[in-house]
Amino acid sequence: MTVPLLKVDNLAVEFGPKANPIRVVDGVSFEITAGGAVGIVGESGSGKSITSLSILRLISEPPGRIVQGRIEFNGVNLLELPRSKMPDIRGRDIAMIFQEPMSSLNPVMTIGDQIGEAIKLHEAMTGEERRARVIEMLRLVGIPDPAGRLDAYPHQFSGGMRQRVMIAMALACNPKLLIADEPTTALDVTIQAQVLDLMHKLRRTLNTAVLLISHDLGVIADVCERVVVMYAGRVVEEADIRSIFRTPQHPYTRGLLQSIPRLDDDRDRLYQIPGSVPLAGSVKKGCPFYERCSLRIEKCMNKMPPMFSFGPDQRAACWVTASQADAKEKEAALQ
Amino acid sequence: MTDPIIRVNDLGKTFGSGMRLSLAKQADEVRAVDGCSFEINRSETLALVGESGCGKSTLGRLLLRLIDATAGKVYFENTELTDLPAARMRDMRRHLQMIFQDPYGSLSPRRTIAQIIAEPLDVFGLVRSGRQRRERVADLMTQVGLSPSFMDRHPRQFSGGQRQRIGIARAIAVDPSFIVADEPVSALDVSVQAQIINLMQDLQKQKGFSFLFIAHDLAVVRHIADRVAVMYLGRIVEIGPKKQIYGMPQHPYTQALLSAAPEPDPDRKGKRIILEGDVPSPKRVPSGCSFHTRCPIRQDICGIERPPLREVAPGQLAACHFAKPFPIPRPTSSQAVPA
Repeated sequence: MTVPLLKVDNLAVEFGPKANPIRVVDGVSFEITAGGAVGIVGESGSGKSITSLSILRLISEPPGRIVQGRIEFNGVNLLELPRSKMPDIRGRDIAMIFQEPMSSLNPVMTIGDQIGEAIKLHEAMTGEERRARVIEMLRLVGIPDPAGRLDAYPHQFSGGMRQRVMIAMALACNPKLLIADEPTTALDVTIQAQVLDLMHKLRRTLNTAVLLISHDLGVIADVCERVVVMYAGRVVEEADIRSIFRTPQHPYTRGLLQSIPRLDDDRDRLYQIPGSVPLAGSVKKGCPFYERCSLRIEKCMNKMPPMFSFGPDQRAACWVTASQADAKEKEAALQ
Repeated sequence: MTDPIIRVNDLGKTFGSGMRLSLAKQADEVRAVDGCSFEINRSETLALVGESGCGKSTLGRLLLRLIDATAGKVYFENTELTDLPAARMRDMRRHLQMIFQDPYGSLSPRRTIAQIIAEPLDVFGLVRSGRQRRERVADLMTQVGLSPSFMDRHPRQFSGGQRQRIGIARAIAVDPSFIVADEPVSALDVSVQAQIINLMQDLQKQKGFSFLFIAHDLAVVRHIADRVAVMYLGRIVEIGPKKQIYGMPQHPYTQALLSAAPEPDPDRKGKRIILEGDVPSPKRVPSGCSFHTRCPIRQDICGIERPPLREVAPGQLAACHFAKPFPIPRPTSSQAVPA
């Protein structure tokens, strides 16, 4: 077995007073291999962004704190590193891009200086070498006339161009892992297509692993090889991309896939999951999806299901589908 | 037989112009909507799609006269709205309602749900007593799937999806014949989106109002629309029945837009038309066909001569010199997800 590049194991994050904490991420585990692409999909309040921020220890304390688990990067538990060591990891080994390319860039610094700063922090280079690297990065992400744009400010760029600059900055030190939190959500669909295309190209040329956080199953299907489905702070299903879309096992994943309108679909009515997403930390016991689930049984109300295996590449946390699959397997064995 | 409830004729809106302008200032004019003509039939849903800044929201607001047009005319049931005196326009609003995108920003935080939903009833004198008002509000809340027992609560006590239901109840309170919905589901969670789409479809079936549905999500539009209009830089570049727009789009922009949307299917990765560059600024609309700077099939004429909207198939119009059918490849059997 190869050591995974990133291994998140049983992560839990709490917010609020210690006496009465709200657990917004609970028992999250997943892995990314070097050069792999994993997506975390979930709706608002599912804990997907908090999970991604925890990896770089970017949760502000207080009010938040990581209360359990391990985050191993190349075998080193980042949660045990002294806080002063984290800046060495951020940007050099693991880089992150965010949804809002406008508010993530400094409006009073030129594009060239911002990308240069990331390089300056991690690599010993002369000003001349650095400038050449910045131009190379801008060219790589498809900014026309890169040398001429070094002295431009973020407001002179469109939304899609700013996200390209963010990606150039993130990749300037050749990180092994890029965490992208809703990188195309603020962009128009033709610009989104350009950015997704760019991410494919960069993965091929630089072999950077990607952790993509998104609510958009279309974007996830486009970029990822594996998917982690989160609901109310927990992982409810985890599988390779094809199994998630072809044979989803958790009732939430199934409901989600059926409720999205598709370009090739002629249904008169969309399937709808009743109710709404529970507030973070509001489900104290049992399965967090119990209230909205069409398959629920009494057991689900009282006991949180563990992750059951469905074949070699798929796991889901559901009592009902696990026992159904079990029955099917026994039936097959009898025949 | 067509039976238009809304007719739009060469409608235009230019921002930043005015009497006090010198010639130098004209460069700052933004042509948000330019030369749009179309009709919306009774009980029909016309979807208006396009990317941000294409003028689709401005066009929606022009139809309801929430802003005034700088050119062209809008007719509602043969009454010209664009030059109607303010008092008569006010009466007309009973038939014309709007549903907004942001369920957080469009409801007054200090009012109760009952007050919010009853406001249009009071404005148009449709209820005579407090008791009648509460009965009507309770009825409306039931129709949109909210429990009437929440009537005296405030918007902050509701989720995004529930707030959008409140906005819908307010819009249908006066029994309008035309509703403009501006991105009504794009701020909602995926699992809640389906609920609101189904609700709007059910209500339309029951009440028979016409709908202008403004959206950027092409999959949502495909689900809800009868006809689709595609906008680019203030102009309609293609309009037609849903089946034709999605199955046989003829304008290269529609084709790119449809192929750019990532689909929730891992076997359909990356077969996209990638357009070059960004949408040009509406302050500097390119000459000729405004799409020619990004068009994959442009010719010399496209930069010079603006193509008119012309019929390219029955009921389908496209504004392109080289419009031609372009079937979007779709898998023959769409794999069903087990229930």
